[in-house]
Amino acid sequence: MPNVAKGDGMRGLAVFISDIRNCKSKEAEQKRINKELANIRSKFKGDKTLDGYSKKKYVCKLLFIFLLGHDIDFGHMEAVNLLSSNKYTEKQIGYLFISVLVNTNSDLIRLIIGSIKNDLLSRNAVHICLALQCIANIGSKEMAESLAPEIPKLIVSGETIDAVKQSACLCLLRLFRTSPDTVPSGEWTQRVGHLLNDQHLGVVTAATSLIHTLAQKTPEDFKNCVSLAISRLSRIVTSSYTDLQDYTYYFVPAPWLSVKLLRLLQVYPPPEDPAARGRLNECLETILNKAQEPPKSKKVQHSNAKNAVLFEAINLIIHHDTEPTLLVRACNQLGQFLQHRETNLRYLALESMCLLASSEFSHEAVKKHMDTVITALKTERDVSVRQRAVDLLYGMCDKSNAEEIVAEMLAYLETADYSIREEMVLKVAILAEKYPVDYTWYVDTILNLIRIAGDYVSDEVWFRVIQIVINRDDVQGYAAKVVFEALQAPACHENMVKVGGYILGEFGNLIAGDQRSSPMVQFQLLHSKYHLCSAPTRGLLLSTYIKFINLFPEIKGQLQDVLRNNNNLRNADAELQQRAIEYLQLSTVASQDVLATVLEEMPPFPERESSILAKLKKKKPNVSDIEVVKEGKKSSNPPTLNNSAANTPEATPASAPVPVMAAAPAPVQSASDDLLGLSAGPAAAAPITNNFAAPASFAAPAAPAGGGGLLVDVFDTPPAQNNVSSALAPQAEENFFKFAIKNNGVLFENELLQIGVKAEYKGNLGRLGLFYGNKTSYPFQFFTPTVSCPGELASALNVQTKPLDVNTVEGGAQVQQIINVECISDFVDAPVLSIKFSYSGSMQQINLMLPVMLNKFFEPVEMDATTFFNRWKQLNSPGQEEQKIFKATFPIDSDTSRTKLLGFGFGLLDGVDPNPDNFVGAGIIKAQSSQVGCLLRLEPNMQAQMYRLTLRTSSTSVTTRLADLLLKLF
Amino acid sequence: MIRFILIQNRAGKTRLAKWYMQFDDDEKQKLIEEVHACVTVRDAKHTNFVEFRNFKIVYRRYAGLYFCICVDVNDNNLMYLEAIHNFVEVLNEYFHNVCELDLVFNFYKVYSVVDEMFLAGEIRETSQTKVLKQLLMLGSLE
Repeated sequence: MPNVAKGDGMRGLAVFISDIRNCKSKEAEQKRINKELANIRSKFKGDKTLDGYSKKKYVCKLLFIFLLGHDIDFGHMEAVNLLSSNKYTEKQIGYLFISVLVNTNSDLIRLIIGSIKNDLLSRNAVHICLALQCIANIGSKEMAESLAPEIPKLIVSGETIDAVKQSACLCLLRLFRTSPDTVPSGEWTQRVGHLLNDQHLGVVTAATSLIHTLAQKTPEDFKNCVSLAISRLSRIVTSSYTDLQDYTYYFVPAPWLSVKLLRLLQVYPPPEDPAARGRLNECLETILNKAQEPPKSKKVQHSNAKNAVLFEAINLIIHHDTEPTLLVRACNQLGQFLQHRETNLRYLALESMCLLASSEFSHEAVKKHMDTVITALKTERDVSVRQRAVDLLYGMCDKSNAEEIVAEMLAYLETADYSIREEMVLKVAILAEKYPVDYTWYVDTILNLIRIAGDYVSDEVWFRVIQIVINRDDVQGYAAKVVFEALQAPACHENMVKVGGYILGEFGNLIAGDQRSSPMVQFQLLHSKYHLCSAPTRGLLLSTYIKFINLFPEIKGQLQDVLRNNNNLRNADAELQQRAIEYLQLSTVASQDVLATVLEEMPPFPERESSILAKLKKKKPNVSDIEVVKEGKKSSNPPTLNNSAANTPEATPASAPVPVMAAAPAPVQSASDDLLGLSAGPAAAAPITNNFAAPASFAAPAAPAGGGGLLVDVFDTPPAQNNVSSALAPQAEENFFKFAIKNNGVLFENELLQIGVKAEYKGNLGRLGLFYGNKTSYPFQFFTPTVSCPGELASALNVQTKPLDVNTVEGGAQVQQIINVECISDFVDAPVLSIKFSYSGSMQQINLMLPVMLNKFFEPVEMDATTFFNRWKQLNSPGQEEQKIFKATFPIDSDTSRTKLLGFGFGLLDGVDPNPDNFVGAGIIKAQSSQVGCLLRLEPNMQAQMYRLTLRTSSTSVTTRLADLLLKLF
Repeated sequence: MIRFILIQNRAGKTRLAKWYMQFDDDEKQKLIEEVHACVTVRDAKHTNFVEFRNFKIVYRRYAGLYFCICVDVNDNNLMYLEAIHNFVEVLNEYFHNVCELDLVFNFYKVYSVVDEMFLAGEIRETSQTKVLKQLLMLGSLE
């Protein structure tokens, strides 16, 4: 039984908690709570003034009710009253209630700032500590502004007791994180370093955290801390466990403090002063030595504490990356852990060793453990441990072991967890390309990859193998042979058909001499897959067939039959139809010479960074760091398939387009680069026609002028024969701006289709549900909506579209599509939603602006008049203000304007402007990269039917964009 | 830094939630449920660390209670694992053989223990003697 009567136990509270626990049902609990709430409310409202004890007890009960998950809408004032009590137990409950219930922009904070200040200046250390803890727990901006100046004094004053110093350090740290500008700089920053020498290790522990965070921002200001931290660390690691008494944990002296000091040192490069450097290296050696000593206790706490320090020491050794002996020793130590019986240690050793693999000093030492890591990959039960093993194998891979590692990873891929397959595919593809044993091995590896995990092979991977085959003429014949063999499997993945189709189209002639792979056999093999493939792949195969007409004139007839087949010539998919028509025409009218010129072998691609690497970096930002470090540190780059000197990741732009685009005419290329990453459908098909886009229209003059371009750029001028228009649909723009102040509604409607939107936004994230309703009684076929971010928008907005499960929308039916957006930085344009479908045989295209605008990532802010005007005054630099005076488009009505501004996302601040007709508002744009505060003033002029709009924000682009959006609303 | 500390029982009831980052109430509830789902499926052969959103959870199970600390991915795992144990030992001493019900009936005291040992998402005091002495002193105050 719990000892409820212990100390200051509140009997009433204990009884209440017991009652709640005895409730048999949710309803009974709710009833008991309602009864209690009524009781407390009557006590608080009663005439009799409550004594401190009762007040404390009731506030505590309210807190308990809140923690059970119920809303509390009263009692705040009573809690605030408790703060001014002189009794610790009452004060503590008051502070606790406020810390737990208050959210940062509550009015309550302003009320309590006075009480907190009183306690901060009190002579009672217990009260000071309560106040500091409360500030550290809430840490709001208001608190930072009014209280931060008080804290440094407490930290550096000689009169402050240790417990207060500890809390003050961490309290200041919290305020610094909330709002760095409010923390005053000054003489204290010079003195805070000396706390590392403090006698009280608790003070040192707290101060180290503070200094660590401050030093990350301005390392220069805290440089003197390096030597102080080293000498403190040295005293700890050389002490025996009896020296530090209270701070020894299971025979390990001050493990937490040691870790914190070692982390602080990782902010800086190795010390230049040889004495300090020597002393630090001694510390690190001692820590490594201790790991070899027999344990002083069998308890896991002992080894955990010891190893916490050891791993952090290894992190520092890796961070410095200058001491070969230490690096190799670290590696050997981790090697022992790889076979430890504790899963935690094996996991951490794999993780840490992955970092060591990137150092030139320890790379070789890491490689010795390959077999153990491979065993881990096969036998570990915890998937996160296996994941670390994959990372480490990737990290330790080089020319000498690539063949084995790639083989092991491929073998593992067959049974790997779904969650890590895609990443593994990318890793295998990169390793195979980076450290090729020879090119035939490379081709084999990628084809195996498609065979084993075709679903996880992204476009980048198969584009890349084609790029490399085209650039290396010594591998082309081999590639043709193996893809031909791979295609003979009864069930082969569509990605295999794509690679096969492309390679045979280019190099099928190299194996045509063999009867078993004669032109006819090749064609029949490919065509046997044709009907099972999606439209983009079929498009690719049609291109292969026209190339075959050039390569193998002897089977021209059969190929033309396929092109002439009504399934293709009258296909509902405009893309396939057009290819069939143009290719058929090309093969009929062009002479063999013209054909040979048009369908000439693809020229080599310019060398560039592997697009796969770019993809992996996008997926795992932390991996890319390792990659770059590794590349940067090695004196010479390992040989890669593209032996180009400029091929280091740093030297090439990150946006690596797909290989085939290189052959496109220059002006088209720039337009298609952006598209490719976003709309996989047309992109996969587009490249194939690029290299003869112009001749195609030459050979088939009947085709509309823009016909070639259509395949490349869905926004380009469309051909006339279909009802396909790339211009924005009528009224799209007007509808678009309506969504500035609402999240749900109809985005588009014509006689065929209605598109509804339901959106939710939170912080920098948004989720849109699009509802496509077929208003007719006939199905829409090949219904493909795609969303793209043109131009700069691609880097400002991250848009993820879930493809539709179906590509047919039945008559009268509705399908839903979810789109996730993430705002990276502020932006102007809207993503383009392009919908293509075939309706009773004619192709329809509708282009719309997706209603995602900057103010969707806007959150209202409440503030009082003083704060508002202070901020307003601060934002007076050029570009921060935008003022517009304009004629009202809609009738001026106070309530409507209010609704519009609230819908737009502003928090309206009443009573700030002396004129009640004017509106004053504030809000924050939450982008991932930055948050921009915005202030607004809108002054209507009824007589003139005009408005004056003034906006101030800290970012010029945000000011302009918000002003433009607002202008459209009034 | 520590993003939050949670103590939950196997059934998913929260016995302590301490937040060092701003979350709104809905988000907190969601995190509580996700963490519970994430740690309770793991067994003794698994590590005490789980990747969780952009963070990681360091956790340890004591009888029916899971003590979870959410920290940054590059934080020192073992240091926080032992911070949990240190905290549990203090609770054990303070409540004389702590059990789940102690945390229920004395929830407001548990917050005081946390604030002595962790503050602003950092480890504040690690000495059990010092923490207990301070708690004893506070307990003697009116």
